Amino acid sequence: MTTVIMVIAYLILAPVIGGLLAGADRIVSARMQGRVGPPILQPFYDVFKLTEKEAITVNKIQDFYVFCFFLFVVVTGALFFAGESLLMVIFTLTLASAFLILAAFSSNSPYAQVGAERELLMMMAYEPMVLITAIGFYVYLGSFRVDDIMKADNLTLWPLIGIFLGFVYILTIKFRKSPFDLSTSHHAHQELVKGLTTEFSGKTLAIMEVAHWYENVFLLGIVFLFFVNGSVAMTIVGLVLCVAIYFFEVFIDNSFARVKWQVALNYAWAVALVLGGVNLFLILG
Amino acid sequence: MGTIIFLILFPLVVAVALLILKTDKPRDFIVIAGAAVIAVASVILVIQNFGTGGQYFEIHTEVIGYVMMVIEIALAVLIFYLGIKYKKYLASILVAIQAPLLVFFELTKGHSIEVQHNIYVDRLSLIMVLIIGIIGTLICVYAIGYMKDFRHHHAGEKDRRPWFFFLMFLFLSAMFGIVVSNNLIWLYFFWEITTLCSFFLIGYTKTEEAVRNSFRAIIMNLAGGLGFVIAILILGYYYDTVELSQLLTIGTMGYSVVAPVMFLAFAGITKAAQMPFNSWLLGAMIAPTPTSALLHSSTMVKAGVFLVLKLAPVLTNNVSGLMVILVGGITFLMASFAAISQHNAKKLLAYSTVANLGLIVACAGVGTPGAVWAGIMLVIFHAVTKSLLFLCVGTAEHNIGSRDIEDMDGLFDKMPRLASFMLIGIAGMFLAPLGMLISKWAAMTAFVDSKNIILIMIICFGSAATLFYWTKWMGKMTSIVAGEQNIEGKVHPSEWLVQGAHAFLTVLLCVGFPLTSKFMIVPYLDDAFSASSSGLALTAGDMIIMCIMVGVIVLLFAFMFGKTKKRIVPIYLSGVNKGDNITYEGSMQKDVPVTLRNWYMESYFGEVKMNIIGCVATGVVLLVMLGMVAGTIIGGM
Repeated sequence: MTTVIMVIAYLILAPVIGGLLAGADRIVSARMQGRVGPPILQPFYDVFKLTEKEAITVNKIQDFYVFCFFLFVVVTGALFFAGESLLMVIFTLTLASAFLILAAFSSNSPYAQVGAERELLMMMAYEPMVLITAIGFYVYLGSFRVDDIMKADNLTLWPLIGIFLGFVYILTIKFRKSPFDLSTSHHAHQELVKGLTTEFSGKTLAIMEVAHWYENVFLLGIVFLFFVNGSVAMTIVGLVLCVAIYFFEVFIDNSFARVKWQVALNYAWAVALVLGGVNLFLILG
Repeated sequence: MGTIIFLILFPLVVAVALLILKTDKPRDFIVIAGAAVIAVASVILVIQNFGTGGQYFEIHTEVIGYVMMVIEIALAVLIFYLGIKYKKYLASILVAIQAPLLVFFELTKGHSIEVQHNIYVDRLSLIMVLIIGIIGTLICVYAIGYMKDFRHHHAGEKDRRPWFFFLMFLFLSAMFGIVVSNNLIWLYFFWEITTLCSFFLIGYTKTEEAVRNSFRAIIMNLAGGLGFVIAILILGYYYDTVELSQLLTIGTMGYSVVAPVMFLAFAGITKAAQMPFNSWLLGAMIAPTPTSALLHSSTMVKAGVFLVLKLAPVLTNNVSGLMVILVGGITFLMASFAAISQHNAKKLLAYSTVANLGLIVACAGVGTPGAVWAGIMLVIFHAVTKSLLFLCVGTAEHNIGSRDIEDMDGLFDKMPRLASFMLIGIAGMFLAPLGMLISKWAAMTAFVDSKNIILIMIICFGSAATLFYWTKWMGKMTSIVAGEQNIEGKVHPSEWLVQGAHAFLTVLLCVGFPLTSKFMIVPYLDDAFSASSSGLALTAGDMIIMCIMVGVIVLLFAFMFGKTKKRIVPIYLSGVNKGDNITYEGSMQKDVPVTLRNWYMESYFGEVKMNIIGCVATGVVLLVMLGMVAGTIIGGM
């Protein structure tokens, strides 16, 4: 029963929370740059406006892929909040990302394809760390299932501290934040005319945006797993910390210049190898 | 037992018939009829033995042994002669060592060993029989149309198709022999026949490169064969048996069988094209495509992993297992990396095969029921998807004139049906909820359970690389390039039939894998490990979710794909799009064509670099470990 409630709550609340976080993100970023920034509801206005645009597309199949991307991002989160296996969740997310990349590729547009290639590269960069995160929970708690991980009596943060740091590191890639926003950027006319999303317009772009909100909330859900110890107080602290980490990523976003793909790949793999590998080695022993 | 004998002998009869026939029509008929009979017979064998956990059969006749010995000697003489003729003396030397050794053993010590059961079937061999009997024969049917085109492309040369089809069916016969032989001398006999078949198939075109690659294949496989003979000698002299089942029984009872197992595993490793022996399989792509499909999916390399998987129960927690794990793991990682830098489609497929076989070998080395479950699943899924992909690339090559991935953009417009089949195949290779991913999931869990940190890291990074090279190929094919014509009309119906069957099987296996697991693999594991293998990685719930996802995706494609009411507009090209989506107006009013190229990251994942690292690492592992065991044996003599 709680599973059903959790999933429904995720389906309804995730876009709201994700949108609000995006709005707050824009205000904080603006303040850091000495601007006032838009109202907190601006992302919602943007999405509503997008849906009213003329329905155009570059070919007959792109929308299909984008829809599949949206669907499987939502499914990913739903599986997570239903307490399913973390590996299943990760593999479903990979499937969703593959659909997004195919959508960009299908346009045969140079900008979209460069974005797609870069997105793919970033996937290769973060995938090992994501898998190591799931394996870390499994080694320490004996289960890949989210509902089992939620029953942890002690904080997994300390024994898994290396994996936690590694995960936060690749979270910057997943949130598409600078220095790793190579495939498409949140800022207008950047990263090669918005890369991946160049050929998306109107409702398609709106779907893409909402999917991103869903994805962000689910990713913060994984961060929350590190803060579980069964007590109500820690649950609240954990939620606050998740939001804090989101704004930490915003801070990083505004403090670092975009890097080359070589740097992004090298560092992401080095982090997975060192932080993830050493942490796993220690808890395996 | 009659069906088993039939499965070994009938393809032989078909093979001889095809060797004699020189005209197209009767050949087509015999290939199709023969393929159908073999496929039906394999299914019948499965039905006959479905209820039994495994059956061993006695065949008390010395005649078979002598016939095999005579053929073996004849083949050895042939290889020796060819080695001299083409100045590949290493082949001659290898065969000159192993053939006399084995004949000597058979006539002396081997003669006094009482063999109880020469052949057997258990569920693993049934799975292999189905793969050989269905995928193998489908490839033969595909070859009918393909070889006509091939003949057309090589019009000036002698028509050697009878020889080609003879080898294909002989191969199937030998493969059936391998998976049902319990007597290791028999197994070795069939093993050497597959080596020889692949040698002739790789060298089929008789060009200089083909001859060179075929000799590389036979030399590496003969080295494996030598390992096999050594294993038989050790077993015969020290353990007084030449039966595979005896070896496994002795090993699982707690006696050390490390020495023979290690040499057998070495033979498996060479045949499964693991590093440092991977180059023979890469060289094999010189052959016509049906050969590649056959070698990669249902025969040859699968014989290698079959043997290693069979040995899995005695590989657990000992030095032989460690050797197998390291070789398989390193091969998986390095071959996955190398695949990133490939734009020759057949070569990419070859590296992917090497990588997947590496994963299977590593699973066998871990040797827990969970790992072996993953290994067997990988064998099944890989057979179907890889065969599908090779056949598709073959058809693409004959129709677009290139096997380069860079020439496949817009394949979706040119050959929509073929591209769809390829997409199914590629998706099957790495995406949830399809087959290989399920096996990878299980493999990952098994590796974590074995607490081997190196293997865990290898599978994490290897999976990331896998994801990269498959997705970028998919992307290339799904690009919609304006102004392309549909050119699918020229494809032979036999090719469509076979590819369609493969695509159907791929999806069917994905939906039906819980049944395969429940009725075939789990019972096999229960017998092989004499323990309940309840701790499988995927729960029933996981399996159901996966199956639902397959269903959802199929339905989405069926009802939503390509349907849109939106207005189609030109793409953004920065300059002014000339309206055709492939040229824009650049500076000075000059029309600039748009070309798009994929990433290959040569400086990171260059083929040569990956091969050097992989081959040196695995070579050292093999040398040190085999050397240690050999030293112990020689010291003990």
